[in-house]
Amino acid sequence: MNRRRFHPRWFRRRTPIFWWLEKGVYVHFIVRELTSLGVAYAALLLVVQVGVLGAGDAAHARFTALLASPWAVAWHALLLATLVFHTLTWLHLAPKALVVKLGGRRVPNAAILAGHYLGWLAASALVVLVLVRS
Amino acid sequence: MADATVTLEVQRYRPEREDEPVWERFEVPARREWMVLDALNHVKDRLDGSLTFRWSCRMGVCGSCGMTVDGEPKLTCATPLAARGDGRPVRVEPLRGFPVIRDLVVEIRSFLGKLKRARPWLIRDDDVPLAAGEHLQTPAELADYKQYSMCINCLLCYSACPIHHLEPDFAGPAALALAQRYNLDSRDRGAAERMEELSRHSGIWGCTFVGECSEVCPKGVDPAGAIQRYKLAAAADWFQSILLPWSGQARAKRREVAR
Repeated sequence: MNRRRFHPRWFRRRTPIFWWLEKGVYVHFIVRELTSLGVAYAALLLVVQVGVLGAGDAAHARFTALLASPWAVAWHALLLATLVFHTLTWLHLAPKALVVKLGGRRVPNAAILAGHYLGWLAASALVVLVLVRS
Repeated sequence: MADATVTLEVQRYRPEREDEPVWERFEVPARREWMVLDALNHVKDRLDGSLTFRWSCRMGVCGSCGMTVDGEPKLTCATPLAARGDGRPVRVEPLRGFPVIRDLVVEIRSFLGKLKRARPWLIRDDDVPLAAGEHLQTPAELADYKQYSMCINCLLCYSACPIHHLEPDFAGPAALALAQRYNLDSRDRGAAERMEELSRHSGIWGCTFVGECSEVCPKGVDPAGAIQRYKLAAAADWFQSILLPWSGQARAKRREVAR
């Protein structure tokens, strides 16, 4: 059921297509949402890379050579920037949604944020360790 | 020497005269203690009695005088008139995201419907006689929901929310924060009932977490935080119903669905 009410004399301001340029926070929001495409691309790239690994050494060598081209390096540097931006904004939003209580007291937002950063650093350190040892 | 004045630029919409809003300028005294609402009342009393706007308490409690001041949703009774001090006109428009009925008055019945569907009242599954006394709460239980109970329905959050502008059926920040206020109340038993209505796309999942609703809230309610907490609860509820279908909460939810 359409619950909207209409009246011929009411004035409705049409939302412009570039509404998000009206305020800095809206621009920030749109950029944050768009960078999720970068996250999806990175996940897809990983899946493709795993598939190529399964296809044999030659296929994997061709794929890594493709990734080593200057255009691919520039593109993935840009992708890395979008991933870092998305990660940072995501981490800073997390304390809004998470209410953690310890001993009957609410854990401060700063502590939850610090916990997320520590988790991120630990996961990154683990990946670096695996890469260095392999 | 003439008293200093401030130029007030007010958006006028008189449906019998204009097809769309126009701007009108008024010179009002630049009194240091005046709020924007005082200036609007000065215009209505002394300059143009036809200017139409809502107001009531003048002390940031009733939530009636929300308008867009210099592009930002504000309670005009709590927005100093001459604070900026740069000589530019102070622009006053109706709250954005709502149809304008006249001048600065917007149509809010859509919000009232959404509020009702959020069931912002205590729901109990028992019938306790009055003789049983009060439902006591600890200070910690009160603290769980008190922040969300401060909402005065001023609709500044709706005006700041682009999702509400783009998708008018979106339940919106205040209705969702008030639903969460009752969900978190230790006396309430209506969380499953509310979840049915508010876990739809037009409910909590319509929110994309722009976060401006919390920034503009004059009472520090943080509706964006309430909605994200609600999303977590809804997701946990769904996982529980899948992984532990025999659990009490999952059974209660199925009963609600079947009802």
